[in-house]
Amino acid sequence: MKDNKYLKLFAYTFYISAFTFGGGFVIIALMQKIFVDKLHWLDQKDMMDYVSIAQSAPGVVAVNASLLVGFHVGGILGSAVAILGTVTPPIIIISAISLFYNAFRTNELVAAVLKAMQAGVAAVILDVSATMGKAVLKGRDYINLAIIITGFVAVYFYKINVFWLLLFCAGTGALRTILHKGEKA
Amino acid sequence: MSLLLQLYISFFKIGMMAFGGGLASISLIQNEVVVQRGWATISEFADLVTIAEMTPGPIAINSATFVGQKMCGFLGGIVASLGCITPSCIIVSCLAFFYFKYRNLKIFQGVLAGLKPGIVGMILSAGITIFMLAIFGEGGLNLQNPDVNFISLIVIAASYIALRKFKVSPIAVIMTSGAIGAAIYFLGAIQR
Repeated sequence: MKDNKYLKLFAYTFYISAFTFGGGFVIIALMQKIFVDKLHWLDQKDMMDYVSIAQSAPGVVAVNASLLVGFHVGGILGSAVAILGTVTPPIIIISAISLFYNAFRTNELVAAVLKAMQAGVAAVILDVSATMGKAVLKGRDYINLAIIITGFVAVYFYKINVFWLLLFCAGTGALRTILHKGEKA
Repeated sequence: MSLLLQLYISFFKIGMMAFGGGLASISLIQNEVVVQRGWATISEFADLVTIAEMTPGPIAINSATFVGQKMCGFLGGIVASLGCITPSCIIVSCLAFFYFKYRNLKIFQGVLAGLKPGIVGMILSAGITIFMLAIFGEGGLNLQNPDVNFISLIVIAASYIALRKFKVSPIAVIMTSGAIGAAIYFLGAIQR
């Protein structure tokens, strides 16, 4: 039974990593669909917390998220298995491609397929934004709306290092909690 | 100093400062690999980024594997990738420790709740960036002469509807988009 869980974890993280073209956020979207919606190994709240932590820490978001999801599912061994599942496909694929580097780079069919995939990826990332946005704005949270817009403008137009944005958000979060507590008292 | 060790250290540094996802870490990688270490030329780096974006998996790992392989063979690729993920594994483990221990603490919950909108903003930014890239290409929006890639626009719209309304899996959406790209290529080839 235990082996079954770890093998499944490896298989799913491998599968997710092997098919996610377009970067970290796509992997998050997929983890959501598979670990929350399909397998029910985590609930939505856990997933969003893990995504927050994964994003707040430096390094590869997918690896960070794998570590957390893996730990949730199977402790330290689970983290290791999940990380292994996530990093193995890119290592294999890139190693193979390096050999055919030039041919791959200049192939027109490859370029056409990749260009089209880019559109699919754009849609997936916008979909994730919408889903997370809805969750965050529940209950007409106008402050959150303002932060989303500010964050977007800061990163997209002003290329602010997200470290500062996250620090700012952590601060406002703490502040809101303190003020709220004050109200209750 | 052994080249393997250097690879490990360089990508360790990159892994430690890579906030904000793959797109943000590209400039970090460029600085370390091209400018500091001279392991690749600018042109090779541009190719690397393209390939790393094309292939599945995180950009940072793809870059690490590619550069590591180039310098030190298969083992080099693995060592570089390990270097890249080590700092984040350590930091995330620490954060996770605090999370699991203090998650019921109100103020901790408040901080996490506060982070969420910021993250939505970040993800939205990444989404719009790729959206603009898909529709307007590398040059971006040129108001004088907007060169809209209508096929991309249609694919994006159809994909979005498929995802939200019909709950189609993201993998299916991306693969289908790729297939459409291939189909268009072949149709174009037949016309010629």
